[in-house]
Amino acid sequence: MSDYIMEVKDLKTHFHTKKGIVKAVDGVSFKVKKGEILAIVGESGCGKSVTSQSIMRLVGDKKSEEVTGEVLYHGEDLMKKSRLDMQKVRGKDLSMIFQDPMTSLNPAYTVGTQIAEMPMIHEKKGKKSAWNRAVEMLTKVGIPSPAKRAEQYPHQFSGGMRQRGVIAMSLACDPDLIIADEPTTALDVTIQAQVLDIIRDLRDETGTAIIMVTHDLGVVAELCDRVAVMYAGKIVEQGTIEDIFDRPKHPYTQGLLNSVPRPGSRERLKPIEGQPPNLHDLPNGCRFAERCPFVMDQCIEKEPDLLEAESKGHTVACWLEEEGNNDGDRGNTEGRGTEKVF
Amino acid sequence: MIQYVIRRLLISIPVLLGISVVAFFMVRLVPGDTVTAMLGNSYTPDQAEALRSKYGLDEPLIQQYFLWLGNVLQGDFGYSQFTNTPVLDAILARLPITIELAVLSVLIAIIIAIPLGTIAALRRNSKFDYGASMFGLLGISVPNFWLGTLMILFLSLYAGWFPSGGFVGLSESIIGNLRSMLLPAIALGTAVGAVAMRMTRSSMLEVTNQEYIKMARAKGVSNERLIWRHALKNALIPVVTVIGIQAGYLLGGSVVIEQIFGLPGVGQLALQAITNRDYALLQGTILFIASAFVIVNLIVDVIYGFLNPQIRY
Ligand SMILES: Nc1ncnc2c1ncn2[C@@H]1O[C@H](COP(=O)(O)OP(=O)(O)O)[C@@H](O)[C@H]1O
Ligand SMILES: [Mg+2]
Repeated sequence: MSDYIMEVKDLKTHFHTKKGIVKAVDGVSFKVKKGEILAIVGESGCGKSVTSQSIMRLVGDKKSEEVTGEVLYHGEDLMKKSRLDMQKVRGKDLSMIFQDPMTSLNPAYTVGTQIAEMPMIHEKKGKKSAWNRAVEMLTKVGIPSPAKRAEQYPHQFSGGMRQRGVIAMSLACDPDLIIADEPTTALDVTIQAQVLDIIRDLRDETGTAIIMVTHDLGVVAELCDRVAVMYAGKIVEQGTIEDIFDRPKHPYTQGLLNSVPRPGSRERLKPIEGQPPNLHDLPNGCRFAERCPFVMDQCIEKEPDLLEAESKGHTVACWLEEEGNNDGDRGNTEGRGTEKVF
Repeated sequence: MIQYVIRRLLISIPVLLGISVVAFFMVRLVPGDTVTAMLGNSYTPDQAEALRSKYGLDEPLIQQYFLWLGNVLQGDFGYSQFTNTPVLDAILARLPITIELAVLSVLIAIIIAIPLGTIAALRRNSKFDYGASMFGLLGISVPNFWLGTLMILFLSLYAGWFPSGGFVGLSESIIGNLRSMLLPAIALGTAVGAVAMRMTRSSMLEVTNQEYIKMARAKGVSNERLIWRHALKNALIPVVTVIGIQAGYLLGGSVVIEQIFGLPGVGQLALQAITNRDYALLQGTILFIASAFVIVNLIVDVIYGFLNPQIRY
């Protein structure tokens, strides 16, 4: 068996709406190794949350939701599992942290009850030992006086505390993989840093792999091992932190990097111009073509595949990287953002 | 919690005092009085005067009011001027019947409302949902006395499954008691159930869209547990409020329903008191019904606090 705990292959999630088919996720593939933190980055609306929820099969039950592709978890396709078997996987092997801690805890039950529910349903633990686990988990995520806190309701917790509570919950059954969907976006900056620290410490301690969904490159740089850059429902570039930050190949990745401040850099920020395409009316060619400074005829006509670039494991979906187009004079990323080709 | 209940009861004292004022003076606005009702059609003014002074009805109203209030505060509700029995005894003898009717009606309403509303929400826009909506509309629009009469007609007179009226005490026969109470409770509870069902449906729809429900699914919670545990407790908060308000109407409705089904409850007593202009009795029943209303509201608030931990007493 491979050393990947999860392989997502050609995942597509299409929503059938009155306006037409929204191709929120349209052929996403990636792999997650044991114990690694994989970042999925991209502008909001590019399909990150839908990707995460499709993996968990939180999307796909309704008639209007069409999910295809494979999600191999330890080689077993989650898409083929029965509803009941999937229930057993969720929370136990795969767990999820949502963006907004203010709404992801049930206001009607104490935080302890909600954490204790995990070992109760997945490990058939009794009330007492499940409760002890809840308190233990709250201790782990650094909540002061955890025994008392466990008896409190979510509204008695601050935002940062709640997110710790949610993290405690996601860890309660010792999962192999946690999908964290922008776990810090809704938090204050100082709290963000604390929560990221907790996530990193937990990974180091437990070896749990994490898919970190975010639109914040700062979070990626600080926390993650590998990065998948998503644009309009597709992954356009994938590689290690170094690949992406030091040798970005895709013009969109480069644009993203140029649009955030880099420590020590005095350069002006250059936001990417234009808007991502409509997900229910996608172009035939490359989805980034309309905004791309290097757009060529080829880009409008045909969609590029995700192919390996120079180093192993660094993949890019861009015609510039295809053989023959790579004429070698694009080494310097700095000047490229400014010239406009169309 | 206990402190809260005590505080609420203290707050309700001025409310009840206000009601006592309204009850006392409203009763006297009704044309005619006890004396004319007692004497019937042929009497001399002297006879009437004699009786009025006997019952103290010739004193100034304000004085009568304070005299009555003072007695009530000491637990003396006076005598029925018509039957000459103590008002309190008459009310207490009939109270259990009305309470049983009210409790059964609310139970029936809940039994209808919560499963129906929940399933309708989960199968939104299905045939079941449309059926439930139809029931909701009918249940609200059909007057309870009409429903009661229909049930007597079909289920009692034609089918003979239930007695067409009268009351069997719990101590006599439990089955007999339920048989005599079931139809009136359905007649009274249906409207409450319909309103509560609609509320359950819309509230459930809202709650199931919340992020914490998605979170619970991500935890691996089964669908049944998701609905009946994670969603329902939150969805019930507005439903309890609605049922509480409806329970007030239910007390009013019991006057009519007790009459139709011949149940000797407080509602029937109030009706008798009105016909007889039996002031002391009428004031007493109104005060009891108002107190019942206050207590129902208190119970609703306590349940509300149990469902919604953000409410602190
Ligand atoms: N249930 C749905 N029906 C139709 N469109 C949806 C649905 N859920 C998400 N979308 C669309 O899919 C796209 C991707 O959404 P999302 O994954 O939430 O983006 P993000 O990357 O910000 O997490 C958005 O354009 C959103 O409008
Ligand atoms: Mg999102």
